[in-house]
Amino acid sequence: MAMMNAHNKEYLKLVASNTPKTKHISTMLSSFIVGGLICCLGQGINDVYMLWLPHLSESTIKSLVSVSLFLIASTLTCIGVYDKISEFGGAGAIIPITGFANSIISPAIEHRREGIIGGLCSNMFIIAGPVLVTGIVISVLIGFFTLVFSGAPLI
Amino acid sequence: MINHTITYKKKIMIDATTSIAGPKESTGPLGHYFDKNLNDDLLGQKSYEILESKLHASAVLLLLNKTNLKPSEIDLCIGGDLNNELYATNFAMRELNIPFLGVYAACASYGLSIIIGANFIESNHVQRVICSTSSHFSTAERQFRFPLELGTPRAPQSQWTTTGAGAMLLNTLKGNIRIESATIGKVVDFGVKDVNDMGAAMAPAAFSTLSAHLSALNRNPSYYDLILTGDLGKRGADLLKLLAKKNNLKIDGKIYSDCGVLIFNTTNDSMGQGGSGTACATLVFNGYIYKKLLDKSYRRVLLITTGALLSKTSSLQNQTIPAISHAIAFERI
Repeated sequence: MAMMNAHNKEYLKLVASNTPKTKHISTMLSSFIVGGLICCLGQGINDVYMLWLPHLSESTIKSLVSVSLFLIASTLTCIGVYDKISEFGGAGAIIPITGFANSIISPAIEHRREGIIGGLCSNMFIIAGPVLVTGIVISVLIGFFTLVFSGAPLI
Repeated sequence: MINHTITYKKKIMIDATTSIAGPKESTGPLGHYFDKNLNDDLLGQKSYEILESKLHASAVLLLLNKTNLKPSEIDLCIGGDLNNELYATNFAMRELNIPFLGVYAACASYGLSIIIGANFIESNHVQRVICSTSSHFSTAERQFRFPLELGTPRAPQSQWTTTGAGAMLLNTLKGNIRIESATIGKVVDFGVKDVNDMGAAMAPAAFSTLSAHLSALNRNPSYYDLILTGDLGKRGADLLKLLAKKNNLKIDGKIYSDCGVLIFNTTNDSMGQGGSGTACATLVFNGYIYKKLLDKSYRRVLLITTGALLSKTSSLQNQTIPAISHAIAFERI
């Protein structure tokens, strides 16, 4: 057994030294471009809404922008374009809300064949689930600490 | 059985082989060697799994057509695929009405089914055996990785699961290529954890089987015109060469190749290190190597099918990747 382990380490070293490297400079550049373009798109939609709907408050318009980006990304996912953008853009396309939309819609499409309830609904959050759970847990914790250290906010 | 290697005394011959290749495989360098080329990977079926099972059944039916045999004349079918509960193979076999054994050794299933088939014939229990396997890129992605439309860049060390199906008829009556010997592999785990790095996980298993085979039969690698591993990909093949070199076995470029390297256009970046999947070795052997054996380009070929025995559960439970490899020596009579 000891022999086997010794060999293991030697082999793993060999594997590590031969692993093909991700081209960091070019992937960072492409993520920057794609991520930046998505943010510009969001800002553009924001400005257009401000012009069209001047009577709405800023926070309402911000929610509308998120919803619009979500809708655009979902449509692009459905027609099979978003995964190609993501393959080029990497984290630049995964981290914005468009990536979140992609992570919910793609398992939904994949599992549609097992039916609406047993397939689509129950598998929709297999990728985004951890993000949602972490988000909710963190907000509960923050709420708890706010309550303990600065008392309940006056509404 | 010395060094887990079997030498067959009976003449176990390949009567015919079939290969049905998916769209990417058909446009690859071996495209025109396959019996059927598909231009779509769903073909109007309800799901990729159903399509894979239809492909599997078609490969067996095509074999019956080629050999002019009725299903009742086949004693046994042995086959497998990558899906849970062998979805594709089991569902293909319900259309065929032939006694069936389903086997799983991940991408080494083809080698496993040929060895079992050959042993059944050697022991005089059956006369004709069909060995068949299939795999599909989209069913494997779903089973082992992420949804298809999810935008995740592929790691440079990853491989691309082959879409296709193939079948082989073994018998003692007809054929020009015989199965001369076979080596049953051991499960080898050198501690590779990266699920994208199948080539590195499987190379030690391939090496273990290769060296056991050669030392059992007291042969040099140069005894074979070609030593062909199943789906190590470019990276796994390089690692196997390094392992061999360290142990004083010479397998250089001329006599050694890998099905995963042969099947796709290597210029395409998204293919990573090359092909993988059960159908990889099946398509390359049935479509290409078998024809090269028949047209006398090769006389002796050692096919070493390789399989990574991980599951989504095992990798989530932080286990390393065990691998297995089964080798079969083919010889022109």
